[in-house]
Amino acid sequence: MTCLFTYLTYDFVRNALFAGSIVALLGAVIGYFVILRNVGFAAHALAHIGFTGATGAALFGLTPLSGMLLISCIAGSLMGISGNKLQRSELAIGMVLSVSLGLGTLFLSLYRGYAGETSSILFGNIFGIAPSQLYEIFLLAACSLGAISICSRRLLFASLQPDLAAARGISLTLHAILFMLLLAVSVTLASQVVGTLLVFTLIVGPAGIAMRLTRSFWTGILCSIFLGLITVWSGILLACATNWPPSFWISSILFFLYLCTSIFLKP
Amino acid sequence: MNLISPSSTTSLSQSSERSLSLQRVSIHLGGREIIHDVSAEINKGEFIGILGPNGAGKSTLMKAILGLCPFRKGIIQFFGKPPGQANTFIGYMPQAQSISEQTSLSARSLVAAVHQGEHWGIPWPSSARQAAVHRALELAGALSYADRSFSILSGGEKKRVMLAQAVIDEPKMLILDEPLASLDPKNQKHLVDCIANIKKKTAATILFIAHDANPLLGVMDRVMYMAGGKARLGKVDEVISSQSLSELYGIPIHVTKSEGRLFIVNAESNIAEAACCH
Repeated sequence: MTCLFTYLTYDFVRNALFAGSIVALLGAVIGYFVILRNVGFAAHALAHIGFTGATGAALFGLTPLSGMLLISCIAGSLMGISGNKLQRSELAIGMVLSVSLGLGTLFLSLYRGYAGETSSILFGNIFGIAPSQLYEIFLLAACSLGAISICSRRLLFASLQPDLAAARGISLTLHAILFMLLLAVSVTLASQVVGTLLVFTLIVGPAGIAMRLTRSFWTGILCSIFLGLITVWSGILLACATNWPPSFWISSILFFLYLCTSIFLKP
Repeated sequence: MNLISPSSTTSLSQSSERSLSLQRVSIHLGGREIIHDVSAEINKGEFIGILGPNGAGKSTLMKAILGLCPFRKGIIQFFGKPPGQANTFIGYMPQAQSISEQTSLSARSLVAAVHQGEHWGIPWPSSARQAAVHRALELAGALSYADRSFSILSGGEKKRVMLAQAVIDEPKMLILDEPLASLDPKNQKHLVDCIANIKKKTAATILFIAHDANPLLGVMDRVMYMAGGKARLGKVDEVISSQSLSELYGIPIHVTKSEGRLFIVNAESNIAEAACCH
């Protein structure tokens, strides 16, 4: 127990916990809607497309965060235009995903930069988050959560009963674009913590498990937030204790929880 | 507002009594005329059965009324307003089940999610919302399984949940797109009775799209029969008659009644069917 408090005296651990908490909170809320709307693959693809943005940003002298944000917002709104047909356009998403990853490799080879940076983009480097980045993450997450709050009722309606929502005059395409933009921001922030390859865990993991455990919207959202925070906190502390990467711990804990719900919950 | 319709058989009424008014409406989709010159006046609180074969334009007409499908000619007035401007008056039950099969949400939360869904803000739980959800589930007869997960409900139960979603915001018009499809006769009767009860309790206008007229006999006030892009609105006996349907289809049709059920016979091929499509 004493060693736990020793970790907390380090700035980089406190920064990591703070950033991790923000991202877990946002990811848990957005992730719940990802599951409701059944767009898990699109979320996964957005994160990988972000990799191209990060490597491209290095080439054009931007920060990786702004590069990822830019490209995933563009990709997100394009996906949003296909509206509620998104679940069925796996081929289109897959094609865009592969071409952007191809482009990412090109940027990487042109840049000839420091290879360590690539690995932190892919697998995350939560202990390397600078205080200035912390401020960016906080601001982006606060804006996203604000936007979700404003449109959550409509988004819930449009996600759960799209035909009725359209009949009542809600534009499904507009809400799909809005949602994908919010998802793009969340995915970008989550990749700062666990890296672009593992974003799926943090966005979809807690919400997916929460969805299996609960029967109503509010218990589901709260359960998802709880699982997200617990996972990120224990992942970071376990990483301190073992010197293994936090991304490994976070994804393993979520997989373990998923396994438990699969075994113990009868459908 | 002037609402004189050339085809109106009823006496001239005030526009405030109309829930829906179609005047010489034509709809084109992909260069093809789906609806040709349809006029109809529907009063508030009427139960209208909308019948006709597949491809007769029933769903297209409903979409035009909702403002989701542009129409080329004519005037549609929905509670005195053009389509798309009074949509919060509508309760709509789609034909296809658009709720995800895998959802673990309970029927109650699925209905709650729809409550005042076009508002902005956070859907905080409240006692008013709970009461509205309870009332909708009760109207739709879905209370007994409201807390079960949607994914494990039977087909008939799922339809009741969708019906509850359609009635929760006390719509002035309920549009039901083939709610009887894929239900067995017993469940069909239960659902029709349930909808007749909703009409009695809420005084909503009901547009009930169906394949077969028989489950709706005795429940609907008037019938709108659609075929080949044309439509005829009137009392059941007037519209589903040999003469009327022969004119609508453009081929000789015999309508016979046997044991209280209507049968439509194509006079040329002698294939009899319960009053539905060919």
